[in-house]
Amino acid sequence: MGKTFAEKILAQKAGLAAVEPGQIVTVRPDLGMSHDNTAAIAKLFGKIGRKRVKEPEKFVVILDHVVPAASVEYAENHKEIREFVREQGIRFYDVGRGVCHQVVVEEGLAGPGDLVLGADSHTPTYGAVGAFSAGIGRSEMAALWATGELWLRVPTSLCIELAGALPELVTAKDVILHVIGKLGADGALYQSVEFTGSLVARMAVPDRMVITNMAAEMGAKNAFFAPDEITFGYLAARTDRTFTPVYPDPDARYQDTIRFDVSRLEPQVACPPDVDHVVPISQVAGKRVDQVVVGTCTNGRIEDLRLAAEVMADQPVAEGVRMLIVPASREVWIQAAEEGLLSLFAEAGALVLNPGCGPCLGAHEGVLAPGEVGLATSNRNFKGRMGSPDAELYLGSPAVAAAAAVTGRITDPRRLLEEER
Amino acid sequence: MIAGRAWKYGDNVNTDVIFPGRYTYARMEPAEMAKHALEDLDPSFAREVKPGDVIVGGRNFGCGSSREQAATCLVAAGVGAVVAKGFARIFFRNAINSGLLVLEIPDAVDAIQSGDRVEIDTERGVLIHHGKKYPFPPLPGVVQEILAAGGLIPYLRGQLAKEA
Ligand code: SF4
Repeated sequence: MGKTFAEKILAQKAGLAAVEPGQIVTVRPDLGMSHDNTAAIAKLFGKIGRKRVKEPEKFVVILDHVVPAASVEYAENHKEIREFVREQGIRFYDVGRGVCHQVVVEEGLAGPGDLVLGADSHTPTYGAVGAFSAGIGRSEMAALWATGELWLRVPTSLCIELAGALPELVTAKDVILHVIGKLGADGALYQSVEFTGSLVARMAVPDRMVITNMAAEMGAKNAFFAPDEITFGYLAARTDRTFTPVYPDPDARYQDTIRFDVSRLEPQVACPPDVDHVVPISQVAGKRVDQVVVGTCTNGRIEDLRLAAEVMADQPVAEGVRMLIVPASREVWIQAAEEGLLSLFAEAGALVLNPGCGPCLGAHEGVLAPGEVGLATSNRNFKGRMGSPDAELYLGSPAVAAAAAVTGRITDPRRLLEEER
Repeated sequence: MIAGRAWKYGDNVNTDVIFPGRYTYARMEPAEMAKHALEDLDPSFAREVKPGDVIVGGRNFGCGSSREQAATCLVAAGVGAVVAKGFARIFFRNAINSGLLVLEIPDAVDAIQSGDRVEIDTERGVLIHHGKKYPFPPLPGVVQEILAAGGLIPYLRGQLAKEA
């Protein structure tokens, strides 16, 4: 009987001939990723009683969450991390390089056939380039540093087939919000989600990343797009590593196969305080917003900034609205600058921030006050996520964010475009 | 044996309301972390929780971020166990790895109300509520060993000391 992607790759990484869903296996990942939480992990590592990371070349540390440091406490945290990675000889990207998930993909650190574990819940992102990647906790990263191995439960697999062609201004973000809305916040709990279908063959890597990134919001352990010419083309431009891709068998057994036709999809919005509280934009249109954020590991890439700029079409940010632009990486920042997008945003009245997580986790760089309403292209709208627990946060695509920024209200970007035409 | 008062909440209790993201990178000792446990969900919890109390949740408890503090702040607050209809996977792992007992017993969740007394006999594998016994299956071997050691870190310390 055929095996799914997860079953095949986990068997391989555990050195077993075959594994079954539910089985607990010990795997040796190819890469372990951590970020600003590295100082805390180092403390746990010390408690294990080890001094040296066993295979430092298998790890990467990327500072992105609160960068540059917003307080003395954060600064001390970063300082400790710099000392630790130097001592241990771990590959390191300091503040300003970008959001960890974006950097891992840009640097070609994850690719087809890789097993990556990251101390961050959006680690499933790297399935966009054919890796098996899942989030783990801090103690587990410390354990990996010490031993190079960790237990994982082999997940059951879910196949999501995306069919149809996307209407104008409807994006990968709308697709995944729609899917999460339909399946629920635990719709793929513990599962490996494989995305297939005719839409996939036309999706660029950045679009696939939006989808794998947000698969975490329906409980998925990992998400996967089978590597194809698009994947290999993307990677060839970034790394000279050679990859050994793993593909599911044609007769693999899935727990379920769910089909979505996106041809008539409207832009989607997730309403506070749950990511699965998703509605078509027409149902929330008119809602006033105080702050709009375009960025994060979900939608902070050059394609997203281009789309936001296109929808804004030289209109200024609405009176009383703060618009924050947070490129996901230095590469994106430079590209956006070269294309004139950053000055375009600034001229419209937006605030262009440094690469990083920005206000996504509510720690700095533009958090919300009680009673305020935010709209962001990020992946989470939980209570208190972007600041006050008494603020409201909506999630939408860069097109939806741009339309909200220039009108001051949640607005269907297609309406805006019609008016402009 | 774990015994205490039940604190019951609904489905999808996420890590942001268990331990807010704004504190994720703050350096806090366990006692300080305990003060912020469930801060955005139930401000009375941290003030009134007693050692051995049991949190009761619905589906997908602990969804959201990978932050381990969502589990460790509950350990610091003295929580004896979390009983839910289901757990988000990273929270489940973090709880085990922090030495926090997590049990999926949907029937018990339906029966228990906030404030009820709950007893959990881990040796016999039963939860007792209003005289009724709810058995739960034994945890997988490695998971049991980690819990018994008080978490992944002490477990590994023991393992590596044995190897050396
Ligand atoms: S951008 Fe937001 S979701 Fe992404 S890694 Fe940073 S804090 Fe997490």
